[in-house]
Amino acid sequence: MKIGFYPGCSLTGASREYNESLLAIAKEAGIELCEITDWNCCGATAAHNLNKELSLSLPARNLALAELEEMDELVVPCAACFNRLIMTQHELDENKEIKIQIEEKLQMPLNNRIKILNVLQFIEQHIVSHLNTLIKKQLNFDVACYYGCLLVRPQKVMKSERFEDPMSMDVIMQKLGANPIDWPFKTECCGAGFSVSKPKIVGELSGKIVRDAVNRGAKAIVVACPMCHSNLDMRRPAIEAYLDMKVDIPVIYITQAIALALGLTPRQAGINRHFVPVNLPVNS
Amino acid sequence: MNQEDLSDKIRQLTGVNITECYQCGKCTAGCPVAERMDLRPSVIMRMLQSGDAASEEEVLRSNSIWLCLTCETCYSRCPMELDIPKVFDYLREKSYAEGKVNSQAADIVTFHKSFLNAVERNGRLHEMSLILDYKIHSGNFFQDVMLAPEMYSKGKLHLLPERIKDKKGFARLFKDQFKKRKS
Repeated sequence: MKIGFYPGCSLTGASREYNESLLAIAKEAGIELCEITDWNCCGATAAHNLNKELSLSLPARNLALAELEEMDELVVPCAACFNRLIMTQHELDENKEIKIQIEEKLQMPLNNRIKILNVLQFIEQHIVSHLNTLIKKQLNFDVACYYGCLLVRPQKVMKSERFEDPMSMDVIMQKLGANPIDWPFKTECCGAGFSVSKPKIVGELSGKIVRDAVNRGAKAIVVACPMCHSNLDMRRPAIEAYLDMKVDIPVIYITQAIALALGLTPRQAGINRHFVPVNLPVNS
Repeated sequence: MNQEDLSDKIRQLTGVNITECYQCGKCTAGCPVAERMDLRPSVIMRMLQSGDAASEEEVLRSNSIWLCLTCETCYSRCPMELDIPKVFDYLREKSYAEGKVNSQAADIVTFHKSFLNAVERNGRLHEMSLILDYKIHSGNFFQDVMLAPEMYSKGKLHLLPERIKDKKGFARLFKDQFKKRKS
């Protein structure tokens, strides 16, 4: 089986530690991820806000390229890209007229049968079975598993049964020795694409999430989305301005948590690239 | 436009039957930005149901449609499973194309457009180009000036963009997409 990989723009820039840690754990588990040749930006929030056709044609080009390379599955670690790709697949499946129109624009056929996986699904299906033999260290502390919006909603397309209280990340973190806290902000919005245009709103929405995680004793917030990460980590000054206090809880990607449990160095896990310093008690 | 016309048009273009909304208010109750909105989601649904041209105009000129983060909470909690964010996408595209964007939403829309400009240029997003384009068009020159050096030192910013190879095929996707825009 050929597993394709769509990194998306964030993973080549602002979230490169997500890319580094994902590739590192895949390598440890002996899994080859084949990056789509000549992939393009999915269009993100901007495209579906301003132009429906672009919001479909941009993701569809990547799906068509993945098919050309005969990929069976496609791993999309960025939750926003994952959302755009799977929503496009869904929309083109439901609406044949639009599908034909997009295929004409792409000048590429689209079978639309590739299985698109987000990072949690990839870990569940390809990494978890290796964990028992690969784990070298225990992450012995309380964590707040934060899913955000786009991994669980809309539940019809994401097929998420527990869209208000998902558990898949909690289960993975438990396997690494961590204790996931029970908290009500798992799927609240962090402010998403307003990071630059409305940083105050991000400070408030992300501030409420961070405050609750801290109040419930979490030592780290675990995420699976570059937008969530940059809002909770890089936008910490806006969060602290809203909360009117200093907050030092670190925010790590689920792939970084796994990398640390597999005994990789903090540098290999890309921990050094965060704005909020990460000092976690990882026991051998 | 009368009541049936607008509902039918929205159904045709989005697949969402807005006449099914019975005003329970769960969309507004769960919306993370409702308190900042001039018109709340359930109110917008009611105004669209009315089919009244003045109401539609007010919705297209509202700040609300741009404040929506597309977090999809409203859709996930709607008892009629109405895809409200999809209706909002339709409203945003129309508002933008007809030059009716609310002045308070200017930064948000400028950012979206800068984002697409950056993507059109290289096929992939180059953060530095995006930020420069946004600063020029929004006039927010000094915002986040301290962030860039730190991002760069952490390896999070590229000086030069990554470019895709199939420039011609990619350019086709953008062709004529923003032609109709009035202002």
